[in-house]
Amino acid sequence: MLRYIIKRLLWMIPVILGVLCIVFILSEITPGDPVDQVVGYDAPPEVREAAREAMGLNDPVVIRFFRYVFKVITKGDLGTSYASGKPVLQELLARFPNTLILTFASVFVALVIAIPLGVISAVKQYSVIDNASMAFALFGVSIPQFWFALMTLLIFSVKLKWFPASGIEKVSGWILPIAMIGIANVGNLARVTRSSMLEVIRQDYIRTSRAKGQKETVVIVKHGLRNALIPVVANVGNQIGVSLGGAVIAESIFSIPGVGKYMLDAINGRNWPSVQGGIVILAFAFSVTMLVMDLLYTAIDPRLKAEFKAKNKIAVKKKKPVQEAA
Amino acid sequence: MAKMYTPAMAKIEKKRARRKGKTKQSTPWREAWKRLKRNRLAIAGMVILILLILVAIFADFIAPYGIDDQMLKERNLPPSSKYIMGTDNYGRDIFSRVVYGTRISLPIGFICVIIAYAIGGTLGAIAAYYGGKVDNIIMRIMDIFQSIPPMLMAIAIAASLGNGVVNLVLAISISTMPARSRIVRAAILTVKRNDYIESARAIGASSTRLLVKYMLPNSIGPILTSVTFSVATAILTISSLSYIGLGITAPTPEWGSMLSAGKELMRQAPHVLIFPGLMIMITVLALNLFGDGLRDALDPRLK
Repeated sequence: MLRYIIKRLLWMIPVILGVLCIVFILSEITPGDPVDQVVGYDAPPEVREAAREAMGLNDPVVIRFFRYVFKVITKGDLGTSYASGKPVLQELLARFPNTLILTFASVFVALVIAIPLGVISAVKQYSVIDNASMAFALFGVSIPQFWFALMTLLIFSVKLKWFPASGIEKVSGWILPIAMIGIANVGNLARVTRSSMLEVIRQDYIRTSRAKGQKETVVIVKHGLRNALIPVVANVGNQIGVSLGGAVIAESIFSIPGVGKYMLDAINGRNWPSVQGGIVILAFAFSVTMLVMDLLYTAIDPRLKAEFKAKNKIAVKKKKPVQEAA
Repeated sequence: MAKMYTPAMAKIEKKRARRKGKTKQSTPWREAWKRLKRNRLAIAGMVILILLILVAIFADFIAPYGIDDQMLKERNLPPSSKYIMGTDNYGRDIFSRVVYGTRISLPIGFICVIIAYAIGGTLGAIAAYYGGKVDNIIMRIMDIFQSIPPMLMAIAIAASLGNGVVNLVLAISISTMPARSRIVRAAILTVKRNDYIESARAIGASSTRLLVKYMLPNSIGPILTSVTFSVATAILTISSLSYIGLGITAPTPEWGSMLSAGKELMRQAPHVLIFPGLMIMITVLALNLFGDGLRDALDPRLK
């Protein structure tokens, strides 16, 4: 187990290097000269050349790449924003909590709604409740999130004036953006919970626990749900990734000062260091989340743990390196 | 079953079967189609999809106005008998633009998925087939790609390449490619251990032949299902990217970009916001319904 955790932690290093590499390549293929953004389009050639030299743009690509990676890793230096002249990291960290709240709150709310929906649907398969909640889940995964947001804005803030149309100065400002990201999560997770629960309640151990006269709620919650949750947990990681993407759009619709809005503003202003920084920080957050989910997943699924132990024993006997358990 | 089976005998058998009243042999595909036909929701999804494709083909005859016909005196009109879905801020007929929009979202969504599967699927198939080190290397690279959430990756690629259909297709295909490679890999892994693969190998089939002729056709079920869902996701991504101004831009009547233009008019002309979004939802819903039906039909164990 410990070995797996260490291996999984070490794996973060190539992942982060890979992300930096992808981001660097993307910045290289971007058309346009970064010097334009610093000194302006109509600067004289000498000024441009000086800026170019100062920014290190005259060095070969490989050197620039290693310099970029070195700066990010040793100093956390993601560059300087062309727009404000401040370090990108500092600007990102100020906005990061809002994006995190948005993402995790929407996944959390979705779980609270989706798991009971999925369980009830599975237990009462083909009933009215099942059909209604699955119709709702299908609606959740089919509706374009940004359109759902626009419709809720139209109804709840323009017509009914219940919630503010933008900003998070009031707590109620969070509700619509969380609903926007959450709706797709509810749809997805309810569908996963239902199908996983359906599979579980047909297992022999459920019949056994019923046969020994266990109360139905205990059978469903303790024996059923606990096993059915494993694929759901596996899916939560993905949903967090999807929600991070959703948060970018939600922030721009509801004008929430988060990493996403910062990035989109930077894209419009061709302020590439800020875009790069935003991607790096969100990818980093996502990788850490996936790491935690993976470890959690191995912790809650006793089968995986057992499999890992067995593999380890064999490995010791044969003196062969352990295959990764995944 | 030891007798030789010649085309002549097949003919005779067919004749016999026809006399008995059953003309069709039962194949897995026919069984699946039978199951699919019984699923009313899936058929509903299929019918909607066929209708949308017909609308796209005959858009010229259905749309009363052109995509960029500006009736500047009739701006932001609510739905009426003249303009069933109203007009937008340039006085363009929204219904016509929504109709022409089918020519954009459906084909582009489909192309994105084909490219993602062509690249990701091949890599996934190779990884599953060879296993071991090859599998490890390919899948670890996919892991790195997947550490950037797909939507974010698409935004990043679209932002660095700039607007336009080709760049949008590239952005979506590349960002979804790792997930597609996983689907194909998993599908191939499940058929890899079957005896018929072993026997094909024993009679000397080459790797390519094994992969293309035996493994892919037998794992096509889950792949086909996920293609349907992938087109739905791709259409959602296309419209989201266009909405934030990173995909297809005006005056092309892409549904997301129509919404993007309409959001400023939320207070004066809310109808501008309703119909394009409704169309995206109907299209995606139809694909999801059909995909659900396909999954149940192709793999009855899951039901």
